[in-house]
Amino acid sequence: MNAVLTVSGQRVFAHRRIRLVAAGLALAAAGLFWLAIAIGGELLPPGEVLTGLTGTGEPSTVFIVRELRLPRAAAALLIGLALGGAGTLFQRVLGNPLASPDFLGVAAGAGTATVAAIVFGASSALLLPTAALAGGALTAALIYLFAWRRGVSAYRFILVGVGVAAFAQSITSYLVARAEFRDAREALTWLVGSVGMASPEALTLLAITVVLFVPAGVYASRVLRALELGDATAQVLGSRTQRDRVAVLGIGVVLVAVATAAAGPIAFIAMLAGPLARLLLRRAGQSIAAAALMGAVLLQAADLLAQHALPWPISTGVVTGVFGAPYIAWTLISAARRADLR
Amino acid sequence: MARSSVRAAVLLAATGALVLLALLSLTLGSRDIAPFEVLQVFTDPTPSADATVIREMRLPRTLIAIVVGAALAVSGAILQSLARNPLADAGVLGINSGAAVAVVVSAFVFGSMPVSGSVWFAFIGAGATTVAVYAIAAVGREGATPVKLALAGVCITALCGSITSALVLADPDALEELRMWQVGALGGRYFPVLTQVAPFLAVGLVAALCTGRVLNLLSLGEDLARGLGLRTGAARAGLFALVAVLSGAATAACGPIAFVGLMVPHAARLITGPDYRWILAYSAVLGPALLLGADIIGRLVLPGGEIPVGVVIGVLGAPAFVLLVRYRNLVEL
Repeated sequence: MNAVLTVSGQRVFAHRRIRLVAAGLALAAAGLFWLAIAIGGELLPPGEVLTGLTGTGEPSTVFIVRELRLPRAAAALLIGLALGGAGTLFQRVLGNPLASPDFLGVAAGAGTATVAAIVFGASSALLLPTAALAGGALTAALIYLFAWRRGVSAYRFILVGVGVAAFAQSITSYLVARAEFRDAREALTWLVGSVGMASPEALTLLAITVVLFVPAGVYASRVLRALELGDATAQVLGSRTQRDRVAVLGIGVVLVAVATAAAGPIAFIAMLAGPLARLLLRRAGQSIAAAALMGAVLLQAADLLAQHALPWPISTGVVTGVFGAPYIAWTLISAARRADLR
Repeated sequence: MARSSVRAAVLLAATGALVLLALLSLTLGSRDIAPFEVLQVFTDPTPSADATVIREMRLPRTLIAIVVGAALAVSGAILQSLARNPLADAGVLGINSGAAVAVVVSAFVFGSMPVSGSVWFAFIGAGATTVAVYAIAAVGREGATPVKLALAGVCITALCGSITSALVLADPDALEELRMWQVGALGGRYFPVLTQVAPFLAVGLVAALCTGRVLNLLSLGEDLARGLGLRTGAARAGLFALVAVLSGAATAACGPIAFVGLMVPHAARLITGPDYRWILAYSAVLGPALLLGADIIGRLVLPGGEIPVGVVIGVLGAPAFVLLVRYRNLVEL
């Protein structure tokens, strides 16, 4: 009786903690979103940001807010949500904090397809996301196929992903090298990743994808909980493990590919969001929603730094790469300390 | 005794194949020149269009491919032994991209310079990344495992890549100049490049070929090697410096080329068994053969232009990497 009470007490605690953390992160994301619109060549006071957003302010303010700053801020928000959610899905399905789309080559595959589309002169704005989706799905399928050997081991998955990513990257760099100068510049800029590049069409598609698939990912965490108990237990509990795993990874691939199509392969957000959200959640466990919001906070902050930290603006991907790499080194080191890296 | 004469015979045959490939590399290209005429060019000093193409373009390109291929393969063999890791390769571990970022940064700070200048920055970059990757991966009880090294390499490569791209994008002229180099290419490398990096590569290669005995001792394990009188710490440091020189100079000449150092030592080991003296010798012959072969393929596949050798190697090497991960027991070395 007492034990039952404690367990349910913990669950109540966990739910409360998750809600608290998610609310806090949502607030932080909203605050950064506001900052992203307010800061720029001309600093806008809060009142003007509001009138700019609603379209009731002076025409010049409305123009600055709606046309110049809102798309970029919205892109950072949406891409952060997509990458944060997707990265955590990957990490949980494969049971390893290093199993993020960055290492698994999904982003690299989406990148190759998009660069091919740019270099071969695709002009339609919808073609790029389609190409990215096809490329991402194809690489994910290839990696799953090659890494499957009487079960999936996270490390075989990651190493095969490194190999497939190298393959995709060598094709990408060939495309860049043989392209016309203008296309090469566009493709290279895109490859570093910057949220400022998202076209209105790509943003619309991204918004639809995020609205549909992030909740799907949150819903899928039920399935994940069963999978995390191990294949045998999950099967006893009625989970068709193989199908479930592919379905959850599929959600992740769609989110990563559409985000990549909009702004290029922005490094490390997908990998960082889940573990950082988990630091806040502590014993409450995992939450896809909190991870997605953490992704939004991280990317919004990184883009603010990219735009304003130096005298000239740089690509968002450079900021996330420079800050993300040391974190990964640290993850590797601490995982090695716990001796769970074999 | 019989075994070593078989090994020597196979090595001789491989060298013959390398010579043949070098001859092919002189004859094949957008302008086909018959092998006989190629030989004639070297005996007959009369100037002609063919002679110019061969002397000014194909000969340096072929020689660079030979020294760079040998350097990459030998440094890969040394790295695999040092890291006791079948996936070690200067490209996979991010050492080449470290050298590349140092070259690009130096070009931005000091203006564009000849290879004889940038090669020093390549050494510094290669050395720093070697130390960083190994330091990241070596923490923990089991030391530098395959997974940790590969991931540390990916992470360093990503970091260097984003810095390189950010700099290259900031300057259109540099972009035009560096985007071909960044892929890893042999085209457009003429005699100045060769004469500037060849001394480093030659010294490095000779030194590397003499390390077979040390590598054999190290492969016995730390304790046994020390018991047999090897100062293991100094030996390791020297070998890492050698790797940095070889892959740094190779990168300065041709840009970052991955996977040569991964594939060739494995092929060599399949032929020779675990003796590093033979593995190094075979690597020094098979590495150039692979690079030349890839370069010839890259020249012939597209009718209009050519595929940079780094891309051909990547397309061949990545599947080899995946196969290694899938089918070999990774803690074998």
